Amino acid sequence: MTGEAIAFYVLAAITLSAGTVVATSPNLMHSAVALIPALLGITGLYVLLNAEFVAGIQVLIYAGGITVLILFVIMLTEGGTGLHIRQRNEQAAVAAAVAAATAAVLVAVASRTPWAHGAGTLPSYTPGAIGQSFLGPNLPLFEGTSVVLLVALVGALLIARKEIRE
Amino acid sequence: MITLGHYLVLSALVFGLGLYAALSRRNAVAMLMGIELMLNAANINLVAFNKYAAPGAMQGQIFALIVITLAACEAAVGLALILAAYRRFETTYVDDLHLMRW
Repeated sequence: MTGEAIAFYVLAAITLSAGTVVATSPNLMHSAVALIPALLGITGLYVLLNAEFVAGIQVLIYAGGITVLILFVIMLTEGGTGLHIRQRNEQAAVAAAVAAATAAVLVAVASRTPWAHGAGTLPSYTPGAIGQSFLGPNLPLFEGTSVVLLVALVGALLIARKEIRE
Repeated sequence: MITLGHYLVLSALVFGLGLYAALSRRNAVAMLMGIELMLNAANINLVAFNKYAAPGAMQGQIFALIVITLAACEAAVGLALILAAYRRFETTYVDDLHLMRW
């Protein structure tokens, strides 16, 4: 096995085992903390795929931001692990069947399709190419995303503020 | 030799885990964690296709960055909604939030 294959299988094992904990753990805090290794495993995959900039953003926003936000909300609402209460609904068996079927179909399609290999090579410095693209052909996309961010920020503040009752 | 198929299979498995979490959890925060896993599975696909199917273009990585941004928006608004619902109903378990259920 090459180094790339070893790295891929190690990162895949980390991601899948941590993802299993996220999906099945009866302890909410364990689920939320297991989200961090799952996202960091995916970060490693981005590095393997020569997407260093996406990997950095993934660490900053997902592993650093969203996970901390989720932990905050768990502590603000339940204030604990949720171990004293049932965490799975009555449809858990159906949910498992649906998820397994979806994954099986996706795996079958992905492994049977003969994927074409595209022309060209990745630029040697991908952050530069991404910046050029965001300020060049993808400028409307970039500006649209910033408007969405602003709307989400205002909306989240408005929804989460304390209601004033007179 | 790691091919595009390896990444697609891994991403399908992560998507399955996220779908299971989103469908079977009772806690709204845990459902949101499942949705984050599904978004990450889609991102793995985008970046893998960028490297193997269209290495000349950067669109895959650009889409992945946009998806990460929108996931952050979705998490912020979703968690704000959960906080507001908790203030009003004192619960974050979605089957207890049945005010508008028939």
